[in-house]
Amino acid sequence: MISISNITVRFGEKTVLDRFSLELPAEGVTALSGPSGCGKTTLLRVLAGLQPMEKGTVIAPPNPVILFQENRLLPWRTVEQHIADVLPRERRGEVSRWLALAELEGEEKHYPAALSGGMGRRLALARALACGGGLILLDEPFAGVDAPRAARILERVRSLGLPVVLSSHERETVALCDRVIGLDGLPLRQT
Amino acid sequence: MTPSTTSRNVKPSKLLRAVIPLAFWLGVWQLAAFLVDMRTNGHGALLLPYPLLVAQRLWVLAGQGAFWQSAAVTLGRIFGGFAAGVAVGALVAAATSALRAADWVLTPAVKVIRAIPVASFIVLVLLWAPSSGWVPAIVSGLMVLPVLWGNVSRGVAQTDPLLLEAARAYRFGRGKTLRLIYLPSVRPYFVSGCATGLGLAWKAGVAAEVLCQPRLAIGTQLYRAKITLETPDLFAWTAVVIVLSFVLEYALGILFRRLGGGKP
Repeated sequence: MISISNITVRFGEKTVLDRFSLELPAEGVTALSGPSGCGKTTLLRVLAGLQPMEKGTVIAPPNPVILFQENRLLPWRTVEQHIADVLPRERRGEVSRWLALAELEGEEKHYPAALSGGMGRRLALARALACGGGLILLDEPFAGVDAPRAARILERVRSLGLPVVLSSHERETVALCDRVIGLDGLPLRQT
Repeated sequence: MTPSTTSRNVKPSKLLRAVIPLAFWLGVWQLAAFLVDMRTNGHGALLLPYPLLVAQRLWVLAGQGAFWQSAAVTLGRIFGGFAAGVAVGALVAAATSALRAADWVLTPAVKVIRAIPVASFIVLVLLWAPSSGWVPAIVSGLMVLPVLWGNVSRGVAQTDPLLLEAARAYRFGRGKTLRLIYLPSVRPYFVSGCATGLGLAWKAGVAAEVLCQPRLAIGTQLYRAKITLETPDLFAWTAVVIVLSFVLEYALGILFRRLGGGKP
């Protein structure tokens, strides 16, 4: 179980999450829903351990890995180097596996500037997944990716067998998730 | 049916782009020398010699062994000072960016070095240095150090915090963060600092040679040409400084492109 208890996060004067609590099963794919600015990204960052909280506790699987809302690619590294950079030496042979998961075969030697928006997003996703961890956090993972491809990739992510929490504005993506949680803490849909 | 027309953007070749400005400024020089010669009743070479006369003196000087020795030793001194200034400036920038204590202690010192006039440095270093030959190298280094420090510090400060956060999230560790994030981010600032520093190193280094007069030095030759009123020699040695400076800048440009490996 992923448990978020009574957390408060403020950015200066603005309170993004106020004594917020939520419990999620640590399995399957969970979508966070809510309007822009409601705190989905902040919640994912809290789960990733990147966002300082004013108070509250978070219990989550160890070593979470996050796909940021921005691609955060390195302009001076090629596609394959982005994956190799997050892999330990003994797992360097897995580069092609992660590129295949994100349908980026044939792009190995290209730099990010040569990729389309959707390809850049898929590279960022492949890098986060290759990094590995006990919990996968994906912030708008399929922005700019066409729906059929997003569905195929999400199925491959699901088959990794790790708990996934994602935020998405795309209805097609949300429809493929096992459960949808509104940020008021109420489960909007569970399958 | 009317044939389609396409407009072509005709660009002058690289050679023409180099030759045309050179020819223009040589023409300006020739005209100015002619006017000076007219106003001084044929003694214009004392103030502004003709380009051809300077070329002739350069040819004569190039036939002497001391010319090449002086040029090589000056090049070595200035490049040595420049390289030391680059290395120390970059290391100090790394220290002041990473450690607050180093920032407190070293930043004021570098700012003082930046503010001290080059003439003061030359005289002071001449008093302290074991031989006059060291002065141009040390002064060149001291001129380059604050420039590199400023540029590299700015590069570190401007490194994208989102990339640094991603490096933490993807467990890069310090070495990998330095190699994959900081060094590529700082590289353009470093290259720009080197280009600025190289020009300063030549100016300060040759000025130091003029004041210290080591045995083999372009600056010493410049000083001798000045006291013997050999203005064409003065111009010829100045031309040597310009050519050496361009050659060094070109070589560094190639080196940086190689180090960059053609990456964006």
